[in-house]
Amino acid sequence: MTTLPNTQGAPVDDHHAHDADGAHAHDAHGEHAKYKFLQHHFETPAHQFDSAKLGMWLFLATEVLFFGGLFVAYAVLRARFPEVFTYSSHYLNTLMGGVNTCVLILSSITMALAVRFAQTNKKNAMLICLVLTFMGAVGFMVIKYFEYSHKIHENLVWGKSFYVPPESEEGQAERMILEKPLPSAPAALLVVNPATDAVPTLVTTPVVEASAIKAASSAPKGLATARQEAKAEHLPVAEHDLALAHPTLHLADPKMPANSHMFFAIYYCMTGLHGIHVLAGMVMLGWLIWRGARGDFNSNYFTPVDVGGLYWHIVDLIWIFLFPLFYLIH
Amino acid sequence: MAHSNTPTLSHTRGDDSAHQHTHPLVGHLVPIWLFMAVGGTLLMLTVITVAVRYIDVGEFNIVIALGVAAIKATLVALFFMHLRWDRPFNLLVFLASIVFVILMMSFCMMDTAQYRSQQFVGNAPDVESTLQSNAPGAPVARFKPYTP
Amino acid sequence: MTTIDALQPATLASRPDNYLTHTRGFLSWALTLDHKRIGVMYLVGVLSGFFVGGIFALLLRTELLTPGMTIPGVTADVYNQLFTLHGAIMVFLVIIPSIPAALGNFVLPIMLGAKDVAFPRLNLCSLYLWIFGAGFLLLSLAKGGFDTGWTFYTPYSTTTSAGGVIPVLCGVFILGFSSIFTGMNFVVTVHKLRPPGMTWFRMPLFLWALYGTALIQVLATPVLAITLMLLVIERTVNIGIFDPSMGGDPVLFQHFFWFYSHPAVYIMILPAMGIISELISVHAHRHIFGYKFIALSSIAIAVFSFLVWGHHMFISGQSPLLNTLFSLISFSVAIPSAVKVFNWLTTLYKGNIALTTPMLYALSFLVLFTIGGLTGIHLATLNTDVHLHDTYFVVAHFHYVMMGSALIGMIGGLHHWWPKITGKMYSEKLGSTACVIIFIGFNVTFFTQFFLGAKGMPRRYYDYQPMYQTYHVISTIGAYIMASGFLLTAYCLISSMFGGRKAAANPWGGGSLEWQCASPPPYDNFATQPKVGDCYDFRALRWDEATQGYVTDPVLAAEAAKHPLH
Repeated sequence: MTTLPNTQGAPVDDHHAHDADGAHAHDAHGEHAKYKFLQHHFETPAHQFDSAKLGMWLFLATEVLFFGGLFVAYAVLRARFPEVFTYSSHYLNTLMGGVNTCVLILSSITMALAVRFAQTNKKNAMLICLVLTFMGAVGFMVIKYFEYSHKIHENLVWGKSFYVPPESEEGQAERMILEKPLPSAPAALLVVNPATDAVPTLVTTPVVEASAIKAASSAPKGLATARQEAKAEHLPVAEHDLALAHPTLHLADPKMPANSHMFFAIYYCMTGLHGIHVLAGMVMLGWLIWRGARGDFNSNYFTPVDVGGLYWHIVDLIWIFLFPLFYLIH
Repeated sequence: MAHSNTPTLSHTRGDDSAHQHTHPLVGHLVPIWLFMAVGGTLLMLTVITVAVRYIDVGEFNIVIALGVAAIKATLVALFFMHLRWDRPFNLLVFLASIVFVILMMSFCMMDTAQYRSQQFVGNAPDVESTLQSNAPGAPVARFKPYTP
Repeated sequence: MTTIDALQPATLASRPDNYLTHTRGFLSWALTLDHKRIGVMYLVGVLSGFFVGGIFALLLRTELLTPGMTIPGVTADVYNQLFTLHGAIMVFLVIIPSIPAALGNFVLPIMLGAKDVAFPRLNLCSLYLWIFGAGFLLLSLAKGGFDTGWTFYTPYSTTTSAGGVIPVLCGVFILGFSSIFTGMNFVVTVHKLRPPGMTWFRMPLFLWALYGTALIQVLATPVLAITLMLLVIERTVNIGIFDPSMGGDPVLFQHFFWFYSHPAVYIMILPAMGIISELISVHAHRHIFGYKFIALSSIAIAVFSFLVWGHHMFISGQSPLLNTLFSLISFSVAIPSAVKVFNWLTTLYKGNIALTTPMLYALSFLVLFTIGGLTGIHLATLNTDVHLHDTYFVVAHFHYVMMGSALIGMIGGLHHWWPKITGKMYSEKLGSTACVIIFIGFNVTFFTQFFLGAKGMPRRYYDYQPMYQTYHVISTIGAYIMASGFLLTAYCLISSMFGGRKAAANPWGGGSLEWQCASPPPYDNFATQPKVGDCYDFRALRWDEATQGYVTDPVLAAEAAKHPLH
């Protein structure tokens, strides 16, 4: 081994060791004294900054993959039920979605400006931009709140509630049937198997007969026919106001394709998860505003603002993809 | 182990203090006009993509919508997120994550496409009648439309 | 460092100052940012988890001694919970974090000659997330347990009335983030904290393996997170995404789940392979053969691991097209692993093999991994998999690779770095005896299960036909032998902490940087940046009888420097 023995490596925590490698150690020592934010295992501020950025990009990669799973679910569902997506997307308000997109883009601009102002020591401008970004996030969530409450009012929700509002009489009856416990097997079926030490086992005798299920081609209305029918008759665009006046308008529409609840299920999952990330971003922005007001950031050290900005931009980026996938389906 | 940051501006070399004020110690400074230009382009593209939604070009609608979204995403990533001036490995990390999402998506969609011809909505009539006769109380989701 | 005691006798008189003694008190450990302490705490957690998971394993193996109920009170439902808990604990709490978090956290920065990992606070956060995740798993036990199998397949997992399903899903979600943060930390550390002179191709192979593992952790684990989240949503509000009666697809769950879980098994095996590279070259005192091949094969395995997840789904309704594709790619994923095995064998050939405990574990790995890997090919072949899927053949295969390889690699690494971590040497006799007992017990337990599976015994079955009983009895006896081997290992290691001989800095003759600092290392690892050479070049080392360790001999070093190996 070509490594020389390290005779200076005393097992004591000694920052003031003068050693053969003095020049290198002194520079590092000097940098740490000059910049209090520099952690002990990094050589220079640039080293620390680069590492922080790489770490953040790795986290953003995990965010992309996290949402990516939902994008895959969307793709699979849309490939299986294209008519569902075409029909149900009319219940979304494209204008509100577009406004939300613009709000997020503006907040991205202000976030990028905040980073720049941190880099150039303009503390007040940086704080103003951070606050504007925060207001953008608030605006986004407010518009989202209106969208969601509107839809919930119209019973455009996920799962079985889509079909029968839970509060209605029929919903109650349905729920009673669904939640009723299965009938227990009659006692005659319980036999004791002597081979297993008198532990009762349930013995069923399956009836073996030829399958009576016909081939799929003779099945009732399938995907292909539903899609053709949807294309043949131009589906009405559910007007925003009209839907308000008639809750559960969708259920009264005979042209609603089966499995339409799937659209709303994936819609709430994806936009809901995105909304949670916006809320987390608001917490992060609040923390940055607090630290910024305290005077922590300047042209030497602005890493948290930069790295927080990256997070905010990825939230914007994900919305840039969510918007056409839900609101711009023709 | 990070010590709290103390601004070191007042301790820097005197004649460099003005320099210190406008140039960051690390990283790259992006001019403000570039942010505004990119932001403006993004807003314009949003308007365009919403407008296109109302024009019927058949199968191309989704292509155009996602294409515009991809352009917007590229602008955000390159300029707002600094990838244009950053180390290439950061870009590689980001692209790798997208590649893996596409990988998962393509395999799952291939699978779904393969057995789509065997799928139909609802139970086959014989399955339905078997259910009715043998297990009338079974909790099975129903799809009958709501009659007010 | 071995020369310290001679040069600075003053330190002998005072209390030795190392990372264990540097600060005292509960908070100094609970809020530590020292990667070594975090690694030790992880080790304690992971080994405790292994103990608990092992108890569940012994319970279920005992239950399988006879068809039907063996242990009074263990009904089929209870049995389902036993194997589910065994699987979930072993996979999520033990094997996935074991090498990266427990050993990697300790060794990686020191091997790099760095003072710490890139993000020490994130490291501590990882540890606490592991603890919270483990807590949620315990909570799920209190809430009624879960019996879905560690794979949580729908529709059973969405409809079962077991009360512990949602807590365990939350727990695994949290454990996933612990894994992600460790991965992020390691990628940045390897990229940014290498010392001057340590280019990528001068890194020890353990670090290549940890790097590949970290890449998988970062890219694969978020998909698990979203899968579990969708499962929780499905259970609570029933959106129907995996429910065919509502237009969903249960096979989609399997796609989602295995997209993570297959790379996850490579998270388990890849670092173990890295350890084996270290063990074999150091304990055979021979430069590793085919360094670049082994290093690049780690990355190849990491990439390939993402392309084969469908081989878990051959009979679940996946389309024939995808079946064929996945089967084909699964064959090719064996190639990088085989490259490694051949290189290790060549390293051993004409080496000066010392049959120390770590070397015995490495040799066990070679045998058990070969068997495990080859039986994987049985399962990758479509027509044989139709018969073998969900039988004990699969159980045997994955225990050979996950336990016989990954865990054995971890225990071997633990023995290899034990002197560094604790500063004590364990009894070689006890250690090697325990290794042999474990090897014998393991083969008795799991080789038998290949026969069980080929004869048709399904996995996860509580009851079985009497024709299988002999095999089950043999397997259970093997399990008890193995358990006693592990208990002996535990005794060997724990007793060394109290009565063991003081360890030298370099007891095995290793060439990587961690052997240049004292055992145990000082608080900040190295006071000055150590010089980087070829970490597999052992020619400059000389055995020093006084300290019972290897030291660098300047004469030999000069001689070796004249003829660099690479």
